[in-house]
Amino acid sequence: MRRFIVRRVAWNAALLLLSSFLVFVLVAASGDPLATLRTQPDVPQELVDRRAEELGLDRPIVARYGQWLTAAVRGDFGRRVVEETSVRTLLWQRLQVTLRMVTAALVAGVVLSMIVGALGAMRPYSVLDQLVGAGGLVLLSLPVFWLAALLKEAVIALGGLTGRRLLPTLNQSEPGFTGGLLARWADYAEHLVLPTLTLSLLLVASWSRYVRASMIEESTQDYVRTARAKGAGPARILFRHLLPNALAPVSSIIALDVAAVFGGAVIVERVFNWQGMGQLLIEGVRDVDVNVVSAWLVVTATIIVSLNVVADVVAARLDPRIRLG
Amino acid sequence: VRASGFALRFLRQRLGLAAAGVLVLVGVGAVVGESLWRYDYADISSDLYLSPSAAHPLGTDNGGHDVLAQVLRGVQRSLTIAVLVAVLSTLLGVAVGATAGYFGGAVDSVLMRMTDLILTVPTIVVLVVVAGSVQKRSGSWALLALLLASLSWARKARLVRASFRTLRERQFVEAARAAGAGAGRIICRHLLPSAAAPVSVAATLTVATAVLAETSLAYLGLGPPPPDTSLGQLVQAGQDSATTHPWLFYFPALAIVVIVLSVNLVGEALRRAFDPTDVPISPD
Repeated sequence: MRRFIVRRVAWNAALLLLSSFLVFVLVAASGDPLATLRTQPDVPQELVDRRAEELGLDRPIVARYGQWLTAAVRGDFGRRVVEETSVRTLLWQRLQVTLRMVTAALVAGVVLSMIVGALGAMRPYSVLDQLVGAGGLVLLSLPVFWLAALLKEAVIALGGLTGRRLLPTLNQSEPGFTGGLLARWADYAEHLVLPTLTLSLLLVASWSRYVRASMIEESTQDYVRTARAKGAGPARILFRHLLPNALAPVSSIIALDVAAVFGGAVIVERVFNWQGMGQLLIEGVRDVDVNVVSAWLVVTATIIVSLNVVADVVAARLDPRIRLG
Repeated sequence: VRASGFALRFLRQRLGLAAAGVLVLVGVGAVVGESLWRYDYADISSDLYLSPSAAHPLGTDNGGHDVLAQVLRGVQRSLTIAVLVAVLSTLLGVAVGATAGYFGGAVDSVLMRMTDLILTVPTIVVLVVVAGSVQKRSGSWALLALLLASLSWARKARLVRASFRTLRERQFVEAARAAGAGAGRIICRHLLPSAAAPVSVAATLTVATAVLAETSLAYLGLGPPPPDTSLGQLVQAGQDSATTHPWLFYFPALAIVVIVLSVNLVGEALRRAFDPTDVPISPD
């Protein structure tokens, strides 16, 4: 087990290195970060030249990557092209905002898809099961931003009917909010509802199908019959025998989808006007800012690959038939 | 899986057949409809923001474009991109998965590490970065399709590799090898047919995910530039006026939902035709 984890972590570090290099090159080659500065008539040429030198634009991309990497390893992600604020500070602020949404969506997604999948597996092809399956297929056919916008419009329309605001539809927290810790958390929670609902609806639609299929498959196994013959009740069979084995294959699918959740969060943040990592990524690409985009990638990819390792370990823990090699 | 039995079992799935019919209808209808309809998608008029009427069944937008003409164009553009993505990414995925699964060893390790790379980097960052510079330079939708395809082959490669690894030690492969068949012949004649069923399902479902991916890109401002349009581009443009001019927001989105849902239903029917259990296949 320990050898497996060490090998996986080493391999993932190499993966991170490679992907950060690729993205660095892609961004650096995608344009000129000083393009707007150059077109402004009242900016002296010396200033443009000095900025170009500061950003290292006169040097080859590989050399710039080397410099970025040596700083990044020490936790220094450089400064932004615009405003020249520290990327690390900015990213840290934005990460907290985005992680609220992503964590809430993942937790809600895992819990709900287990419940929905187990309900379907108990009575396959019943009316409820078929309805859930059809609903899931429709959900999976909706563009993320359209679903988000639809929920937003629905809440606004309902609010118009009842004459008061049901839920906030913009921003991650109330601008200019003052209040105690509890009130702040309540404010966060209120703003979380719609973005989390959007993301987790899509996750449940997808994951519950895997949970359901896996549980139906497991329930035909001999060990379930043996447990039943030995007098185990339905609850004990479900929680003690079925769920752990059924969740082993699902956990790797969930981990692989985490990348897609971060992608979806970029879109959802934009619909609900959250000042999170997604907005930062879009701004970084717009400004041809290698520091911002590379830091975004490193942080997001680290979270994703860590969760993938965790998922493999969890799967091995849940199902003794799985050998980590 | 024998081909004739597979086709028969697919034909028995009524919902999937109906969905396939809807898809053909939508695709052909968009091509024929565009040439017959009295407005062109690029036509500009002074009739801004007209509600749906007999003259403009889906209304007009802020540039006086006829929304029906634009949706017909958008359906063609979105479908062309999506089918191209599905074909290219399937070819790439099968090539990588077959090579890795058949040869094993170092080749397998290198190719599968590449697959891991695609699966762990959030594709959105690559899409946003590259689509941004592609759009700035040429604005070509074919390049967009190429880009989407290059990011959506990984799970198909895994699928093919898994099936090859279980089959390559079997006796019929050994017999073929003993009879003097080369690697290419064994892969194409003996191994690929057994992997064809799950791959065809994944390829079908890729059409659905590609339509949705194109929509997301358009939402981030990276769709095909005007006057050309796609369904994602149309919904994106209609977003701000969802309350005031709802037809701009809902009609193009409805077209997306009809297409993607139909593709998903066809994929589901194909999967049931070769595998009666309900284990889903994830496309990319």
